[in-house]
Amino acid sequence: MRIPCPLCGSRDRREFYYYGSEDYLKRPSDQGSIDDLDNQLFLRDNPAGVTRDVWYHEAGCGAWMVVTRNTVSHEVLGSELVAKKKGA
Amino acid sequence: MRYSGLKVITEGLFGNKGWGPAWRNPAPKAEYDAIIIGGGGHGLSTAYYLAKNHGLTNIAVLEKGYLGSGNIGRNTTIVRANYYMPGNSEFYSHSLKLWEGLEAELNYNVMHSQRGQLILAHSDGQRDTLARRGNAMINQGDDAELWTLDQVKDFAPYLDFAQTRFPIYGGLMHKRGGTARHDAVAWGYARGADRRGVDLIQNCEVTGIDIENGVVKGVQTTRGAIRAKKVGMLVAGRSSQVAAMAGMRLPIESHVLQAFVTEGLKPIIDSVISFGMGHFYISQSDKGGLVFGGDLDFYASYAARGNLPMVEHVMEAAMTLMPMIGRAKVLRSWGGIMDMSVDGSPIIDKTHIEGLFVDAGWNYGGFKAAPASGWCMAHLMATGEPHEVARRFRLDRFRTGHVMDEEATGSQHNLH
Repeated sequence: MRIPCPLCGSRDRREFYYYGSEDYLKRPSDQGSIDDLDNQLFLRDNPAGVTRDVWYHEAGCGAWMVVTRNTVSHEVLGSELVAKKKGA
Repeated sequence: MRYSGLKVITEGLFGNKGWGPAWRNPAPKAEYDAIIIGGGGHGLSTAYYLAKNHGLTNIAVLEKGYLGSGNIGRNTTIVRANYYMPGNSEFYSHSLKLWEGLEAELNYNVMHSQRGQLILAHSDGQRDTLARRGNAMINQGDDAELWTLDQVKDFAPYLDFAQTRFPIYGGLMHKRGGTARHDAVAWGYARGADRRGVDLIQNCEVTGIDIENGVVKGVQTTRGAIRAKKVGMLVAGRSSQVAAMAGMRLPIESHVLQAFVTEGLKPIIDSVISFGMGHFYISQSDKGGLVFGGDLDFYASYAARGNLPMVEHVMEAAMTLMPMIGRAKVLRSWGGIMDMSVDGSPIIDKTHIEGLFVDAGWNYGGFKAAPASGWCMAHLMATGEPHEVARRFRLDRFRTGHVMDEEATGSQHNLH
């Protein structure tokens, strides 16, 4: 599996650290409930198909990115920098 | 039909014409007292113990493929009770006791072989941790022996003791640990459940769960609607998809775990050996193949096959531990879809929907748990109360902070 880094281009999967579902970026506000935290940290859709998850280019440029890929076929569909997402 | 040595001999004398199918192949009825979704090791054992321990025989097991087509036939067949944490320790201890009586219980040869499991220590700290774990196992009533380097050398002389990178300091021997024939466990429970009147319905995929006013009413399947007041979900890697039919999100992410087997060799490894530094474990099957595995690929996946970096890592660990393995040829490799919970421990619990139960989050340890998982899930479904040895396997334990992080790596989705 190769991951397209928005800064470095297509790179070997071994350069990346997998963090988990994009849900981790949906931080509850200060006024958020326990349910919000539960949804951010623990509960998951865990889709069999297209998913969006957070990867870190650990052995490369150090960028955090959201990768869109298919969990059934291992096809990687694209990526975007976390830094470019609003509110993340 | 009861299986016995005498039966084998008499059948052999008369052309083996008397063997019938081990279970019926019934069509689904319109209604059951309880439905089990998932005809794998856990689903079949739950059905068996519902019938045997609780007298519930008007039940159906719904399997989308054929019985035992999932993780029960895709694991490395290791059976052990060497857990440390309260909650896990008593559960796996109970499971091992069930394993020890399983063949007599089921009248089925599951080839359970208590050949011992040896975990190696490669540092002082690791040896201390193993001593602590061994004491916990002994306190639980199970067996553990802290072995010196000489004992390990005597037991497994083919390990690479001379290396400087990961020197072996000793190990923890769990003599009641071992292996079993994985498919046979599913078949034995299937036959036992069928003999007690349970309908095992294959090629029957659940497509929806009927819920009215927060109470479960039954399921929709590819073979029609089936009503039931109690529904249990035991679908391992597919838990999130089935739970989604009930509008639930589970604290589970599905990952791929690979395993490997070599060509058949003469007997060389007569126990289970776990490498303490590389998450590598190996045993030899009764057919002679060396069966081994490593860690997850560490990304969410339903592909049932892994990527090459983990293959390379597992082979490196194998060569580091026992260089002789380099002469063996890998016959095949495969992947299983693991239902990874956030803390690496399982879930056996009610849901917020009345009559709907979940048994999931078995991570990479579901095989050895199959008997006790079924035992405890059956208890929960029949009585409505968690079984004593599974009382900490709560669905909401992350939310309430009662996590059970056996590996002590953290309660985060990418760490188990």
